[in-house]
Formats: sequence, structure tokens, C-alpha cells
Amino acid sequence: MSKMHVKLTVNGKQVDGLAEPRTLLIHFLREDLKITGPHIGCETSHCGACTVDIDGKSVKSCTAFVAQVNGAEITTVEGLTNDDGSLGVLQEMFREHHGLQCGFCTPGMITRAHRLLQENPNPTEEEIRFGMAGNLCRCTGYQNIVKAISASADLLNAQKEAAE
Amino acid sequence: MIPAGFEYHRPGDIASAIGILQEYGDEARVIAGGHSLIPMMKLRMAEMGHLVDLQAIEELKGIEVGPDTVTLGAMVTQHELITHSGLAEAIPLIREAALQIADPQVRYMGTVGGNVANGDPGNDMPGLMQCLNASFELSGPDGNRTVAARDFYEAAYFTAREDEEILIRISIPVPGAGVGQAYQKQKRKIGDYATAAAAVMVGNGQASVAMTNLADTPIWSDEASTALAGGDVEGCVAAMLDAIDPVADNRGPVEFKKHVAAVVLRRAIDRAQSRAG
Repeated sequence: MSKMHVKLTVNGKQVDGLAEPRTLLIHFLREDLKITGPHIGCETSHCGACTVDIDGKSVKSCTAFVAQVNGAEITTVEGLTNDDGSLGVLQEMFREHHGLQCGFCTPGMITRAHRLLQENPNPTEEEIRFGMAGNLCRCTGYQNIVKAISASADLLNAQKEAAE
Repeated sequence: MIPAGFEYHRPGDIASAIGILQEYGDEARVIAGGHSLIPMMKLRMAEMGHLVDLQAIEELKGIEVGPDTVTLGAMVTQHELITHSGLAEAIPLIREAALQIADPQVRYMGTVGGNVANGDPGNDMPGLMQCLNASFELSGPDGNRTVAARDFYEAAYFTAREDEEILIRISIPVPGAGVGQAYQKQKRKIGDYATAAAAVMVGNGQASVAMTNLADTPIWSDEASTALAGGDVEGCVAAMLDAIDPVADNRGPVEFKKHVAAVVLRRAIDRAQSRAG
């Protein structure tokens, strides 16, 4: 199969590459672009470890062909740090509230939580649990993940208020 | 999990998409959100030489809420169904069902057209569309035609759609004021298909009842609907249990599925009745 020219914006940077249309986005990110934040967990669109943000949508990048997302704007967990490279609010709150143990699911958790808080800046615990239902964690029992997201919401809202 | 290779097409209008289907025949398939098709391709249970991506076709997008009819473009995603406020007001049943499909990530990508057209008996939208008496508009080389949702499903993965046709639009009559609606789904875990699910509308002396994943097609029952319209809940449940034909699988044996079907249907009827009037 012939390769196609792929053009994406990943974490604010324009990237180009050649790939077969059948290449899954997760493989293109990890193997071609060496962006290894998104993880391959189940590879069957269940676990959510490969979640990235594509044009404002949370998507499991194991279930999208690079051909389908050609031209799109993509954010991975690497793109959620502050401009100076320090941990972003969600990343910092996951650390502070022990929202991870082994850390394998964390990039997907944080990337999904980022979109959830964009759409709903004041989620209830129930709304967080419903909104995070596409991401599996086998370590934490989810309690501290929910706490970290809830604390992030408070902090982000406080920052927004201070800026106004 | 690498699928077999294919040529990728992203046509900008319906006519071009149909042209590609005509040119490559059996070798070509359309892809909407891809969240049923890509997993099958990764398992190599689906292979095609040409993949026709419908994402750039504007005519397939958008939700229109009219006084009598709601129209959904085939490429409307589950996420859009959930977040559209006018739709939730006109036909709350659709949002209630969409919230129970898969998980948030899948709902951003999964489309209503893909859900109704691929013919998977586990999908929720086909039974829902039969309950609502929706009709599907198909576009093909010979023009457009309309097929009622209740006539669309022939067997698992076999529908009235011809290979060179594309499902472009779904039209749904807005249920009158006073009609209660409910979608009840029993599943083992988030992301699973239903063990049993029921879509119910009742009110104004009318009723409509359909169930999901209890046969190789969705089941809408005239007899069950008529019984419920007359207020006969037990008659409705009995008629539906007669109409379904579940098979044993990892969601349970036949007896269990019939038991769950009756429980789910009664709960849906209760909720729909409480919302009627």
C-alpha cells in the first residue's frame, strides 16, 4: 500500500510525515513522532490509556486511522504542561492527591479530564465518574483520581477568577 | 492489531462517495465514526481495498428540530445527540439512550448513522428508531429512497440498504405532548452491549415498544404495543417475550435473558407511564 502525506498539529507544533492510511494514530504518535505519553493498554478501545484530544474531542487513538485525523489538531498529555515546562494543574493535582500508583493509565486519565473540565468546569463527583467512565485504572480504585480532578476544577476556577 | 491495508478516500459530497462505491463495488466500504468498523478491521474480520470516509460531507451533518419532525444527519455523533438542547426537549428518549451507549470517548466519534446502518443487533439506536417509528433515507446510484426503521433490519448485519447506497438522514416524527418515553438498558459494565434493553413510548391512548439485543434484529411488536396502549402491562410483557428470540452467549443463558427482558421492559413501562400525561 502506498503511503500518504500526513500533516497534523500536535501540542501546538506542525508535524509532517509519511504513513500508510491503515496506521493507527497511537502508533503514528509513538513510533513516528516519538510522542510516548499516550499509552497502548488494551488496544481494543476499552481502557482509555491511549486517549488524546482531537479537535476538542476525547478520542481513543487506538481506534482512529491516521488518515482520518489528517489535518487535525491533537493534544496529548505532553501538551498539558505549563509554558515553562512545569506540571499543569491536572498533572500537579494527580501528583498531590495520589491519583496514580503505577501511572500507566495516567496520560489517558489526564487528557480525558482536561476535556471534561473544558466542557463542565464545575462537575459533581457523579459527573466526574460518568465523564471518566471510558478510562480504566487497575491500581487506585478511582477515589483519588476523582479527588484530583475535583481539586483541579477548584484550582482552575480560582485561577480564572483571579485573572478577571 | 494492525488492519489490512486499504486505499483511503475522503469525498466531499454524497455523489462522489456513491461514485467511489460504484467504481470499486465489493472492495469498498464507507466509514463513519469507525468505532464498530475499526475494531473489526483490527481483528481482520473486516477487510476492504477502499475505505470511503464520510467525515467531510457537510450534507450528512446537523440536527434539525421541527414542530412535527426531527431530522438527524447520518454523521451526527452520539455526543451531539446528548448535548443538543432542542433535541432533548423534542424527543428526550434519544438523549436518554445515547447516554447509555459505550463511553464518553466512543460517543465523541460514534455516529447515529453508523449505529443504525451497520445492522449489529447489539446496537441501541435501531430498536429506539423502531419505537419512534423513524424512517431512514438512503442515497444510491438511482437516487434517494426512504425505508421505515421497522422494515430495515433483515438479520444480523443484513439490512434493506444495498451495497452502493449510503444512509444519509433519519427522520423521526415528534411524539405528541403527553407521551411518556423511557429507555432502559441492562448491561454488565460500561462499554458493553445490552443484555436486554427496552424503548417505550406511551400516552394519549397510544404506545410503542421495542427491544434490543434479544434476537438477530431489533424487535418492535405491534401486539405488545397495542396491549400497552390499552393499559394492559402484563399483556404487553407477554407479547414481547413471545416475540423475542435470544440466544445463549457470554451475557447469559436464554432463560436469564428472558427474565432480564421482562424486568427491563417493566421498568421502562413504569418510567414512561410516570412521564406521560
